[in-house]
Amino acid sequence: MVDKIKKEWFSNIRADILAGIVVALALIPEAIAFSIIAGVDPMVGLYASFIIAVTISFVGGRPGMISAATGAMALVMAPLVREHGLDYLLIATILTGVIQILFGVLKIAKLMKFIPRAVMIGFVNALAILIFMAQVPHFVGISNLTYLFVAVTLLIIYVLPRFFKAIPAPLIAIISLTAIALYTNVELRTVGDLGVITQSLPEFFIPNVPFTFETLLIVLPFSIALAIVGLLESLLTASIVDDMTDTESDKNKESRGQGIANVITGFFGGMAGCAMIGQSVINVKSGGRGRLSTFVAGSFLMFLIIVLGELVIQIPMPVLVGVMIMVSIGTFDWSSFTYLKKAPRSDAIVMLVTVGIVVATNDLSKGVIAGVILSAIFFVSKISKLTVTRELRNAKDMYIVEGQLFFASTEDFLKSFDFNVENQEITIDFSNSHIWDDSAVGAVDRVILKFEEKNNAVKIIGLDNPSKEIFHKFTLKSNID
Amino acid sequence: MYNKLLLAVDGSENSLRATEEAVKIAHLCTECSIDVVFVADHSKTKSEVLHAQGKEELNYERRKKILPVESNLQENKISYTLYMLHGDPGSIIVEHANNESIDMVILGSRGLNALQEMVLGSVSHKVMKGAESPVLIVK
Repeated sequence: MVDKIKKEWFSNIRADILAGIVVALALIPEAIAFSIIAGVDPMVGLYASFIIAVTISFVGGRPGMISAATGAMALVMAPLVREHGLDYLLIATILTGVIQILFGVLKIAKLMKFIPRAVMIGFVNALAILIFMAQVPHFVGISNLTYLFVAVTLLIIYVLPRFFKAIPAPLIAIISLTAIALYTNVELRTVGDLGVITQSLPEFFIPNVPFTFETLLIVLPFSIALAIVGLLESLLTASIVDDMTDTESDKNKESRGQGIANVITGFFGGMAGCAMIGQSVINVKSGGRGRLSTFVAGSFLMFLIIVLGELVIQIPMPVLVGVMIMVSIGTFDWSSFTYLKKAPRSDAIVMLVTVGIVVATNDLSKGVIAGVILSAIFFVSKISKLTVTRELRNAKDMYIVEGQLFFASTEDFLKSFDFNVENQEITIDFSNSHIWDDSAVGAVDRVILKFEEKNNAVKIIGLDNPSKEIFHKFTLKSNID
Repeated sequence: MYNKLLLAVDGSENSLRATEEAVKIAHLCTECSIDVVFVADHSKTKSEVLHAQGKEELNYERRKKILPVESNLQENKISYTLYMLHGDPGSIIVEHANNESIDMVILGSRGLNALQEMVLGSVSHKVMKGAESPVLIVK
């Protein structure tokens, strides 16, 4: 136990602290931008990032992973904030946490394998598109100067790292362009125009909502969506960190940890969050491996806000927009284009439908659910292809069944026989087939009965053992062996 | 002479050509062994994890990339150890070469043009600068 704590916390102290500081700097603009997407004050995202990161560093299942306020969650909660306000968001956040703790206890992480990769690819692409679209109102058609600042920000972010890597380029862009904007006194909207930054630690309070059944009905659909989206992104991120560090992690513990972090953040005025792909990759690349890196990221962020809060509100919006465009470019899966060409047609459709539904509804969870259902339908229709060929062998009728016989393929199966024959010996060969359920057995029974009506003798051959077992369990024809 | 070689591979055509050269050099001495190093690039991890259905498939896909290299070495009866490492390819190769006192590093060059090199960065350049041993870049 002590050894484990030592290893997870203090085996990589120097690199963990440095990586945590880098992540904290990268977190600030994102936490502010995601607050704006959700429609709340920047403090709600900043408090959430502080509390979630610090909590998850103790209770999470994946050391070295960064969790905080995220775009995926902000997008889901935006309609709730618009219609009912911040207090309902906080209650929804607490409820999200409770649901995620349940997910962890019930070991829902295992179900992740039922989510096809086409849906996951669609999920990240839709997320990237939505983050980009959320930036559009903040820079399109405002002023030429706004376009200029966005362009210069992107230029700094993408070109500078080729020559100079010690300080993260987005931070350089933010500091230098904020300084230029302040010095030249240009007309640009700033973060301060969109909300207040309070230079104090978060405080515990109980959200001011009526504790009624009606309130539950309002927040529950949002909480379920948030819990699903949060778990999905967290488990994907955990798999990425697992692979980067070549280590294992406890996915159910991570789910419980996300839940605990969300419950706590809700009581301290923060919005629901989850693991962040981009930030976790930055952390690992910067050398962060242990729980200490996540802890430093959260606490250093809070320290910066308390010390530098006045400067943070001076950041021009177009600079923040530039940083968020970078985030959306980084989130998008650019290999999707080759995937669309190479993957089976049905997978490509599932991916596009997932993206389409998310973009249309602004809700990542709806896209994921639709994608999973669609790919299940594709799977069933693919696997239900069944062919029956008729052969004459020694002047006797022989039917050869190929494919899976179950509820979705019984209709094709029944249509394949010629029931007009009389007084024949008929054999049905199941060597290349498998019987899955009672409707399949019922279909076979019906074929036998129909043949027998016209005085034919039917013989079933080639059933494998599991098929035989299920056949004998459900059949009415006890004379078949 | 060159008793301990490091052969860096990524499954590309160039790394197959590098393997051929490594075989030639390995034949020069009797007790030569090769460290075959494959680095799963951190910058590609997100996309690779996303496109693989689970951990097993991901590792299988990577292993598949190195199979031609392995079979070439096996055919030529050269003893080798396979290292599947994770991180920034340039830095990891340099680190392994210097920690394991490698006598020579062999790797393929991707043959990027000036612009690609600026954007993607050159692994061979980084290895050449960082490794303490001689480096053979095969094009």
